[in-house]
Amino acid sequence: MSEQPLPLRILPAPLLLARRGSLGGRGSAHLIERHARAYRRTWLVLASGFVEPLFYLLSIGVGIGELVGKVKFDGQPVGFTSFVAPALLATSAMNGAIFDSTYNIFFRLKYAKLYDAVLATPLGAGDVALGEIGWALIRGGLYACAFMVVMLAMGLVHSAWAALAIPVALLIGFAFAGAGMAATTFIRSWQDFEYVTLTTLPMFLFSTTFYPLSVYPRPIQLVVDCTPLYQGIALLRGLSLGVVGPGLLWHVLYLAVMGAAGLAVASRRISRLLLR
Amino acid sequence: MGCPLGVPNYPAGPVNHFELSQALGKVTDVPDPDALIRASGLTKRFGQFTAVDGIDFELRRGEAFGFLGPNGAGKSSTMRMIGCVSPPTGGELTILGLDPVTQGAAIRARLGVVPQEDTLDVELTVRENLLVYGRYFGLSRQVIAERTARLLEFVQLSERANDHVEPLSGGMKRRLTIARSLINEPEILILDEPTTGLDPQARHVVWDRLFRLKQQGVTLILTTHYMDEAEQLCDRLVVMDGGKIAAEGSPRELIDTYSSREVLELRFSTFEHDQAVEKLTAVPADRIEVLADRVLLYVDDGDAAMAGVRGLALEPLTSLVRRSTLEDVFLRLTGRRLEDG
Repeated sequence: MSEQPLPLRILPAPLLLARRGSLGGRGSAHLIERHARAYRRTWLVLASGFVEPLFYLLSIGVGIGELVGKVKFDGQPVGFTSFVAPALLATSAMNGAIFDSTYNIFFRLKYAKLYDAVLATPLGAGDVALGEIGWALIRGGLYACAFMVVMLAMGLVHSAWAALAIPVALLIGFAFAGAGMAATTFIRSWQDFEYVTLTTLPMFLFSTTFYPLSVYPRPIQLVVDCTPLYQGIALLRGLSLGVVGPGLLWHVLYLAVMGAAGLAVASRRISRLLLR
Repeated sequence: MGCPLGVPNYPAGPVNHFELSQALGKVTDVPDPDALIRASGLTKRFGQFTAVDGIDFELRRGEAFGFLGPNGAGKSSTMRMIGCVSPPTGGELTILGLDPVTQGAAIRARLGVVPQEDTLDVELTVRENLLVYGRYFGLSRQVIAERTARLLEFVQLSERANDHVEPLSGGMKRRLTIARSLINEPEILILDEPTTGLDPQARHVVWDRLFRLKQQGVTLILTTHYMDEAEQLCDRLVVMDGGKIAAEGSPRELIDTYSSREVLELRFSTFEHDQAVEKLTAVPADRIEVLADRVLLYVDDGDAAMAGVRGLALEPLTSLVRRSTLEDVFLRLTGRRLEDG
């Protein structure tokens, strides 16, 4: 993961804790290998992750875009579909990471006893946390690539900066997979997943996905400015529409710290839950 | 590997012969340099609750060593500490000469674990379970493929190699778990309640496989609350109760030490029960154990004791003369039956 050196300097303590339980991460590749094998038979489940943002793009982006026309972004008029597409890419990166790191990990943790089996081998809690995030990123990366192909084909990419959209989508995935996995270790039953939806759905609807931040009054703007999905949307939209400045680095920093902190918490919690 | 710890623990300086002979008097006091596992004062606490309360034991290469005790005796907690998935709260534990807290991964690489609850990967087939598990140990696909063929043959699951795990019977899943635990050719195989929850026939198949492993020289360490399992499989065992070790020895030694040669089991009708117990004290016996539904007389000659019972004009509903078992040892040591928990 190319993002790792950055948080290492900012958050030495949690990362040190995360490393204590690990083999240095090599073992995590074996967990990723296990997931790849398990999903070979259920590839259709994998495909759904790509179809969802595509449907949004067609219905809201193209359909509603017909009615809306142009949106003002950075003082320039932009086609609505072009405006919405990068936000949908960010949202799908979030949703994919959250789904993988909450439902799937909860099932493996509580029901499939997968980690109990894994931890009896040389792998440690750090390998489990890193392996799960690695898998979420591989999956998210595939979706991001497919979605970018669609955006290119529909002429929705307006800048060469968009080449960075894939790594940024991975960074968004890293941030949400880390946070999601950390949250999952605190989840007690399936009912608690309502809280996950309660967090992600409003973010999807209100984090400037479908209209610019300027629509809101100032206090609400500040709130939206702090949500993690907004960081991802702002980044991808800037890159896709070619509005790039050093300010974007703050969003990168935010997401990297979020992912690293999530990874550290998740690895410690898995230790505490399973290695009692 | 001759000596996992490197240097045996011989005292430095002049030898005090009195102390040495004192130490040699009891075999258990001499640290065995070849011990694969050595625990002394090993303790595990969960908050206020003490699950394992300062136990000492050694596991020697090639032996089958058992922990016999009811549910809640601290057996599983001990197994988890040995499996390096649960740090000890106190005491010392050395496994293969290594420290389980700091060198857990290196130890786990050389252990095979059959947990109490099946943790098979239900999203994979039988063969894939072995493949993926072998990969966790960093084994190459080729090595795993060779071992898989042998191991599935050994646990009689070759025909089910490409089936999913879910439809397998309980006994088959257990055997697959055993095969999985052997994929890294472990030096120690840890089995936590290997046949709990299996029907009698499936249990015998598992016992047969474990017995074969034992004959091949695999070092086994197992827990059980079945005395017949302990008698069949263990060369040496400890009786565990309330987190402590109550006794240690081979099944034969334990029976010889803590029980009589034979046991006369008597059952009386409920209204005669108490009266009969009083009268029975007249029968010469090492010990009389009164259970809710039966009276056990520990004697050398069960038939002679039965004649004595008849001489007292007592007519039990049923009577049975049998040899002493580990169940009797447990009853003697703890005052409870194994299945009472």
